[in-house]
Amino acid sequence: MAETPALAAHAAEPGLQHQFESMEQQKEASSLGMWIFLVTEILFFGGLFLTYTIYRWENARAFAHASRHMDIALGTINTAVLIFSSLTMAMAVHSAATNRRRLLIGFLIATMILGGSFLGIKAVEYTDHIQHHLFPGPGFRYPAGADARGAQLFFSLYFAMTGLHALHMVIGLGILTTLVVMARRGRFTPEYSTPVEVSGLYWHFVDIVWIFLFPLLYLIGRHLR
Amino acid sequence: MSDHVVSPKIYLGVFLTLLVMTAITTVVSGIDLGPWNTVVALGIAVFKATLVVLFFMHVKYSPRLTATVIGGGIFWLLILIVLTFSDFATRGWLPSLV
Repeated sequence: MAETPALAAHAAEPGLQHQFESMEQQKEASSLGMWIFLVTEILFFGGLFLTYTIYRWENARAFAHASRHMDIALGTINTAVLIFSSLTMAMAVHSAATNRRRLLIGFLIATMILGGSFLGIKAVEYTDHIQHHLFPGPGFRYPAGADARGAQLFFSLYFAMTGLHALHMVIGLGILTTLVVMARRGRFTPEYSTPVEVSGLYWHFVDIVWIFLFPLLYLIGRHLR
Repeated sequence: MSDHVVSPKIYLGVFLTLLVMTAITTVVSGIDLGPWNTVVALGIAVFKATLVVLFFMHVKYSPRLTATVIGGGIFWLLILIVLTFSDFATRGWLPSLV
């Protein structure tokens, strides 16, 4: 039997699964699969963003007033921390593709430290809101005369959206831990670093969600009376 | 193609641009532009997200199929938003029939 190009490719690449023709096709299929998952995530968060927009539309003043309880300095710092973590994640993917294992592990750990810092700053903000009785529910306290119902809607959405985002960060930290272990065991080669790549896509997606949460929750209501 | 290795210089440039845009959006939010505050804030957010998608997420160097899938996802999100708002924004247009 004459050897076809596909058979030759499989003989040369032990990591090539039988349903793919080449390593490149295998890699593209993995990225595309991850993107299809991320598209479902866009619609998952999209539902919350839509809910937020409708309630803001109906309670513009109350939302603007409530959003003034946000600490803009902490929000800006956290945005920068998360963008920095996206840079280190991109550099981790780069290090895997160029076969530098030490750098890969270093960048993965840097990403984890930055992600952990983001969650720490978020926890400081949550503590502050809760101490000021801004968590929705029976303990909610708001100045007399202000629209407490509208403010509770704002804080419900604030905790739901940033909480879901924080949950994604926690899952991301779990994924990064797994990657560090895999990298230490030498599982990645320049030909096969798909787990690093698709985890990078996930991490950047979580960054993008925050890029939209930050202006919507912290910034846009500062001047409405 | 997907095995295109992006230069760290490009990553650094994107990172610095994202930081500058974050500073700009925070500073501009302190100036009263009326309804334009929202437009500017969301415009900057879309710009930042596009940079992340194109460079950090390698879509600029990926097959067209990837961009098509993302475009499809955003299109479905727009259907969700536009159809819901076509309801909410027009509820006061007709007198109640009941």
